[in-house]
Amino acid sequence: MKRVALLGMPNTGKSTLFNRLSGASARVGNWPGMTVDLLSAKILLGGHIAELVDLPGLYDLHGFSDDEEVVRHFLSNHPIDLALIILNSAQIDRQLSLALQIRALGLPTVLLLNMEDEAKRAGITIDTKQMSQELGMPVLTISAKYGSGCPEALQLAARVLEKKTPASDPQLIATQLQADNAVEQEMQRIIDRSVQMPLQLNTSTTDRIDRVLLHPWFGLPLFFLAIFLLFQFIFTIGAPLQDATAWIFDTLRGEILDPALSGLPTWLNGLLLDGLYTGLSTVAAFVPIIVLFFLVMSMVEDSGYLSRAAFLMDTLMAKMGLDGRGFVMVLMGFGCNVPALMGTRVMRSRPMRLLTMLTIPLSLCSARLQVFLFMIAILFPPSQAAMALFSLYMVSFFTIFLTAILFKQKFVSSEPFVLELPPYRFPTPNQIWIRGWQEVKHFLYRATKFIVIGVLMVWLLTHLPTTAVPASSETWAGSIGRFFAPVLDPIGIDNHLAIALIFGFVAKEIVVGSLAVIYGLQGDALSHQIAANIDWVQGMSFMLFTLIYTPCLSTIATLRSESKSRGFMWLSLGWSLGLAWLISLAFYQGVRALGY
Amino acid sequence: MQLNALKPGESAIINGIQAEQALVQRLHALGFRPGKQVQVVRQAAFNGPLHIRIGSTDVVIRVQDAQAIHLANPSPESLSA
Repeated sequence: MKRVALLGMPNTGKSTLFNRLSGASARVGNWPGMTVDLLSAKILLGGHIAELVDLPGLYDLHGFSDDEEVVRHFLSNHPIDLALIILNSAQIDRQLSLALQIRALGLPTVLLLNMEDEAKRAGITIDTKQMSQELGMPVLTISAKYGSGCPEALQLAARVLEKKTPASDPQLIATQLQADNAVEQEMQRIIDRSVQMPLQLNTSTTDRIDRVLLHPWFGLPLFFLAIFLLFQFIFTIGAPLQDATAWIFDTLRGEILDPALSGLPTWLNGLLLDGLYTGLSTVAAFVPIIVLFFLVMSMVEDSGYLSRAAFLMDTLMAKMGLDGRGFVMVLMGFGCNVPALMGTRVMRSRPMRLLTMLTIPLSLCSARLQVFLFMIAILFPPSQAAMALFSLYMVSFFTIFLTAILFKQKFVSSEPFVLELPPYRFPTPNQIWIRGWQEVKHFLYRATKFIVIGVLMVWLLTHLPTTAVPASSETWAGSIGRFFAPVLDPIGIDNHLAIALIFGFVAKEIVVGSLAVIYGLQGDALSHQIAANIDWVQGMSFMLFTLIYTPCLSTIATLRSESKSRGFMWLSLGWSLGLAWLISLAFYQGVRALGY
Repeated sequence: MQLNALKPGESAIINGIQAEQALVQRLHALGFRPGKQVQVVRQAAFNGPLHIRIGSTDVVIRVQDAQAIHLANPSPESLSA
């Protein structure tokens, strides 16, 4: 099978093009180095199946970042039949260097110039014929976002493959990669001949937006205001959706499932309805709000605003031994900690990367958000709910800053901070749709993997041995609770909550589901029961612990694989557990001492 | 004179880059080369990073890293850019 490699600089729409050509849905990110795992897909090229490989975005074939190393490693170890190079037309004057570097390797190449709309707006016209002649490779303008030029690109690729030039020799490429540097001069010559570009670009829309959003004094307040408004938007739209979903699951059970399954033995009926169904439906009620959350996050991510946030926050982050990119990773961690941890690959200095990775698991991810939305709705009146959630986000920032300050002496680095600011972009409805659908798939995947097994185990623990009253202290769950009581009593966490916390270690999505199973209730009945069992001080202590202790097994596995150090993984695990306990203890005992 | 000496709004021509190899390479890839014009668009508060424009590319760089970029003396007309 022929192998086609997709190469390009970050922020050129490479992932978008890959999605379009493959029909799959790799994530699109407007952040250098987002495409971290090597994605590949089988596509039809001129009647033959070919393998399309999406290589990480790189600035320079001879650069020093992990991603650039990955590309070199790939080219030096795997033969390829065609290199599809994608460049940003609006920045062709500097990006062409990559095409020349790849051409110098002697690979069969097709050059795709993306974002012609942006180039046009900037007053740049490219003579593709002239450029193609100069380069000695086919050149085509496309729009990965809107799809224009993409069928032609595939045809062109098929024609090049039909010429049956032998595939690249990895060993030869490995030697070539070691030496060559005369690229720059030739690039300038070709640009001079084939590209007309206004010397000073007109004040574009991006400039005008930046003048406001990057204002030295108003920039940061505006950033936090924007984030706050986005959250407000999510919850205003999401809350009714959540109620509707919960109602549907409730009705489904009352009207259909209860009568239909009444013939089953009591234990099986309990396992299926009070265990599986109650657990899953309680979690599933949060799906709409989480999907909405990810949609908004992905729009912010693709817009280019996050790089601006890095610019605004860098000075403050530098005081904590981090840099602006670390702040962006923390923000991405609000969605999910795992991709945020992988995103730290753009950092070259290992101490800086490790310090950033130590802080990321403390950012309040969407799975924890579920737990908080659930508990806050039970424990606080609607007028105080927003404030309670906001304070948890503040605690998240506080623990991140505290961790960085405490550990910065151990992870000293002097990595230069140089970051590209892409122009503002708006994702198309199609991109948003693909992303939203992916999040639903991701949730269903986790649901089958963790939640089903989790809630079933919780049900068993709270119902065995069969002689015990369900969820009482004689059950296995009760014994586990008693075992941990000396540690958890001082922070106000009772037997029931303890079981939820233990399973939350696997994934926070289980927490809400297992609470439903532990109490054997769902919907309003569950809320009333929990409200009767614990007061707001215990609930808050529970939430603080949930916020700070290790987010999930996937995060731990990612910490281990990204740091390549078991010791670092244990450090992160131990630190977050210890910090969670100490902060919950301080809060619980402090508030109780105040007389609440 | 180095890039960090420019005030927001000012521009100048790059004379050379002196830094460790990794930074030089990265700056090269972003388009920093002798003979190219750079402009400081703005600076973040509290002596924060510089927002630099080089050709059609916008780049954020810390003041201390901007010291690596040496400039030819600015021509008077470029100051108004």
